[in-house]
Amino acid sequence: MRHLLSIEDLDREAIERILDRAKTFTDVSEREIKKVPALRGRRVLNLFYEASTRTRSSFELAAKSLSADVINFAASGSAVDKGESLKDTVQTLSAYRPDLICIRTPFVGAAQLVAGWTTASVVNAGDGKHEHPTQALLDVYTLRERVGRLEGLNIWIVGDITHSRVARSCILAFQTMGAKVTVAGPPTLIPRGMEAMCDVAYDLDRLNEADVVYALRMQHERMTDSFVPSLREYASVYQIDGRRLGPRQVLMHPGPVNRGVELAAEVIDSPQAVIGQQVEAGVVVRMAVLYELLTGRANPKPALTPAPLTA
Amino acid sequence: MLDHRPTPPADVLIKGAHVLDPRTGLDEPLDVRIAGGEIAEIGADLQAPGVETIDGSGRHLFPGFVDPHVHLRVPGQEHKEDIESGTRSAAAGGFVAVVAMPNTTPTVDSAPVLRSLREQARREARIPVGFMASITHGLAGEALTEMAELKACGALGFTDDGKPVHRAGILRKALQYQKLVGGIIALHEEDPTLSGNGVMHEGVVSARLGLAGIPSISESTLIARDAAIAGYEGGRIHIQHLSARESVKAIREAKARGVQITCEASPHHLTLTDEAVAEKLDTRLKMNPPLRTEADRQALIAGLKDGTIDCIATDHAPHAREEKEVPFEQAPMGTTGLETAFAAVYTAGELPLALIVEKLSAGAALMDLPTPEIAVGRPADLVLVDLAAEWEVGAQGYESRSENCCFAGRRLKGKVVTTIAAGGIVYRQRELVAV
Repeated sequence: MRHLLSIEDLDREAIERILDRAKTFTDVSEREIKKVPALRGRRVLNLFYEASTRTRSSFELAAKSLSADVINFAASGSAVDKGESLKDTVQTLSAYRPDLICIRTPFVGAAQLVAGWTTASVVNAGDGKHEHPTQALLDVYTLRERVGRLEGLNIWIVGDITHSRVARSCILAFQTMGAKVTVAGPPTLIPRGMEAMCDVAYDLDRLNEADVVYALRMQHERMTDSFVPSLREYASVYQIDGRRLGPRQVLMHPGPVNRGVELAAEVIDSPQAVIGQQVEAGVVVRMAVLYELLTGRANPKPALTPAPLTA
Repeated sequence: MLDHRPTPPADVLIKGAHVLDPRTGLDEPLDVRIAGGEIAEIGADLQAPGVETIDGSGRHLFPGFVDPHVHLRVPGQEHKEDIESGTRSAAAGGFVAVVAMPNTTPTVDSAPVLRSLREQARREARIPVGFMASITHGLAGEALTEMAELKACGALGFTDDGKPVHRAGILRKALQYQKLVGGIIALHEEDPTLSGNGVMHEGVVSARLGLAGIPSISESTLIARDAAIAGYEGGRIHIQHLSARESVKAIREAKARGVQITCEASPHHLTLTDEAVAEKLDTRLKMNPPLRTEADRQALIAGLKDGTIDCIATDHAPHAREEKEVPFEQAPMGTTGLETAFAAVYTAGELPLALIVEKLSAGAALMDLPTPEIAVGRPADLVLVDLAAEWEVGAQGYESRSENCCFAGRRLKGKVVTTIAAGGIVYRQRELVAV
């Protein structure tokens, strides 16, 4: 495997292989010296066109824990501010011969484009509203740790589906692992055509069927576009609180949480919540992804030639 | 009304081509002799000593194509296309006349801009070009242009193409003014409040990709509104680039009510769907209106067959490489189409050849232009096509300045061999040979 651009790049076997390896990395963080030499001498470039704290820092920590050298490149304050195109930025940074580029942009398909412009491996760390595959992997990891297998699990993803790359990657990953996925949210925030991917509900009347409830962040800016009339109304219909969350159900959230909007404080702090474990899984799962892409690649890299658009 | 750089009148004999003109009823192998740029003789075994002979055997001779909807990008956007390259591209696609849209920089919204544009076309255009003027100043949708003066200066008609006339009241006034001025009013139908920031067809594919969608009703609701206004005012409107099945239905109903409404469909909407976008998010497949579903595509084909859709128009929309070499959401809308129009529709194999040929020149009459015909005494507006020739789009480059063709990399059947426009030979097939 050369790139991780979409969860669709992975079959069930590949997901299990990556997550099994992630599990073996858990003891690294427990050591006094939190580092193994697996990727010593490799260069990892973090190219972030969007604000990110946990994804960027966990990629950085993952790379450093494997002894890779990390360069962080943030779009603001760089040549991007001077109008440099994505293509020119990527080709310029590729001249530093990175072995892997983690890229986050607000644009669908950008990671795929970048993969055509560089000889490095590319990891999609979020491309617009399209996908965020490492988030889905760490969510599968967290669920495996908590409940064992995903086969036959009933997973409800609740909230703003339209604008969520987490939702799209998670639906695919959970289904690949054998779970049944339902998305629930305001009809204005579930895109037309979603029913081709999974079940769709507009209220939480059947939420008790769920084994896992995955709440999404409700962005404040959605109010201004009239997707929902008010946060108050959204919370009254879709907030996961102690009344809606059953004692057997597992609660997940990709963070950062809007306390009192999509989640009530009592459920965030409840034993059902695995939100902290998700963050923790982020480092080991990303270590496993870097390891997967950067080791065992026996074949020499192709020459540095820009791929045509038709590639 | 049409301008071009004069080409020497042709004296040629096209021997043995299968002549097909659905309007005159010709459909057999014949010789066609052209003298002084006019069709002088049609018959079997014609002789013309001392005159160039073009071997037509195994090839088809059609009346030249006319495209009522292209973007030549002049003035102001010459980095995308210019009159010379755009009309060369048209000639290579078998077109003998094209109609250029006014959404340029500045907009063609005043007589001085139109006059200088026509003057430039007389120096640069390889084939005859007609120009549309805008309905409103600067395409802002607020104030009517000086339509009478523009018409007197040679505007074929009026359009705010690229944008809808969002205010019903403005469209109504334009239609009232049409009674004085004449000229077609061509409409890009899209309700911006429904399209929002959409970048592709709203449906299963956009939901999966996380791309904002443009719903079909964005187009069809505005068509219904404008058909009602045109019917009320007794005006004549032409709907550009139909894409949705709901729109075909809206036009069919309006025609049944007696509204003077015509419409066009583009080769890409007739042959591609939104599934193609999902393959690799190729920005060349981003256009407005967007590629829609298979059901929509089938409705367009049915509409062409039953006469609801009057003609095929390319909406040739060149963009520079750097503008398209960006993430899908950032890319401008539009694909080129002149060089691939016939081959794309012919290769799809879903329409009878005679219907394709007819619809590729039917746009002329809608723009009040003469329709090319293969008949003695008519000016030679002809295209010679090798139906059996297969070619890969883009492999030999493009005549257009722009390479953003949605068919790039596809193998198509049917290649234009020679184009004769307004009596002169404007295109001969050539090959790039590696040395």
